[in-house]
Amino acid sequence: MTDQTMVSLSPLELDALTELVNLGVGNAAVGLREMVKEEVLLSVPKVAILTRQQAIENLGEGAVKRLVAVHQNFDGDIRGRALLMFPEAQSMELVRAVVGGDLSLDDLIELEQEALAETGNILLNGCLSTLANSFGRTLRVSLPEVVHGDGSEFFNLTSWPRADDGVLFIYINFALRRGDIQGYLAMLLDLPSLVTLKELLASYIVSIGGATTTSATNAS
Amino acid sequence: MTRKVLIVDDSKLARMAAIKALISLHPDWTRLEAADAATALELVQRETPDVALVDFNMPGMDGLTLAAEVRQLDPKVRVAVISANHQVEVVRRAHAAGAAFLPKPLTAEALREFLGSTPGSPQGVP
Repeated sequence: MTDQTMVSLSPLELDALTELVNLGVGNAAVGLREMVKEEVLLSVPKVAILTRQQAIENLGEGAVKRLVAVHQNFDGDIRGRALLMFPEAQSMELVRAVVGGDLSLDDLIELEQEALAETGNILLNGCLSTLANSFGRTLRVSLPEVVHGDGSEFFNLTSWPRADDGVLFIYINFALRRGDIQGYLAMLLDLPSLVTLKELLASYIVSIGGATTTSATNAS
Repeated sequence: MTRKVLIVDDSKLARMAAIKALISLHPDWTRLEAADAATALELVQRETPDVALVDFNMPGMDGLTLAAEVRQLDPKVRVAVISANHQVEVVRRAHAAGAAFLPKPLTAEALREFLGSTPGSPQGVP
């Protein structure tokens, strides 16, 4: 369901964006796997352009109300926010997976912010760098911040003038088998960035479809 | 010798990238494309390709399961699973399915190495 005023991506542009996210998160999962010493399972990403309200509602459908999010804002040719979210109740389990199981509860609590921020940083930065490298552009990425709340709080970016602006909503489930930790990644862009993103995707597609060069993207 | 290569990926763009790499090495080889596992299996039976390049992360049947099914249908098909997600578990499962593992985005160099390895030898170095 898209509004008339929204930027729309062509099927091939959506395909390219989905594939780039797939590459980015796939690369990032390798780093996370080294941290947690077990396989990180990833779903096929879904990409949609929604209003901010629809994005919040989408997030609310996931039954769990209280979430923890690690978010990083990015700025450059495109700007927005990337988030890694999971149920608040699973937060400690994720920290335990990241730092190892032998620590006392006090130690775990002390390390919680740091461990969550680092997990978010690996996945989100990995994904953002793949996008930036593939587009041949630079993105400045802020330090990770850990916040507790629900979708309406996470998606509140002051740079967005109107709540009905189109936002790019990318979601991908990730899961760790041990401990049943499940979360998802989302990325939100404001409207001017969507216009730029469309242009960047169009050039990227041309670079892939072009006849001569053999490697158009940077994998890592 | 002209060969037949099946490229399986739900992303059209990823198929385009794989085809480009293949064309740069073997412009005369026959290329078949499938966007999902069901179509891929049908093509394996109907067209008997020599090589299958299979994306790992696809909706429905994933590339590892597909690789195993392709090898079961026709053990002569040389299969490579392709993904940016090169976690050791994924690479190990690809090898266990009798497939090689190639990193995404697929480069002509990686493809050349895969295609150049001796047919009949165990596929993909552990």
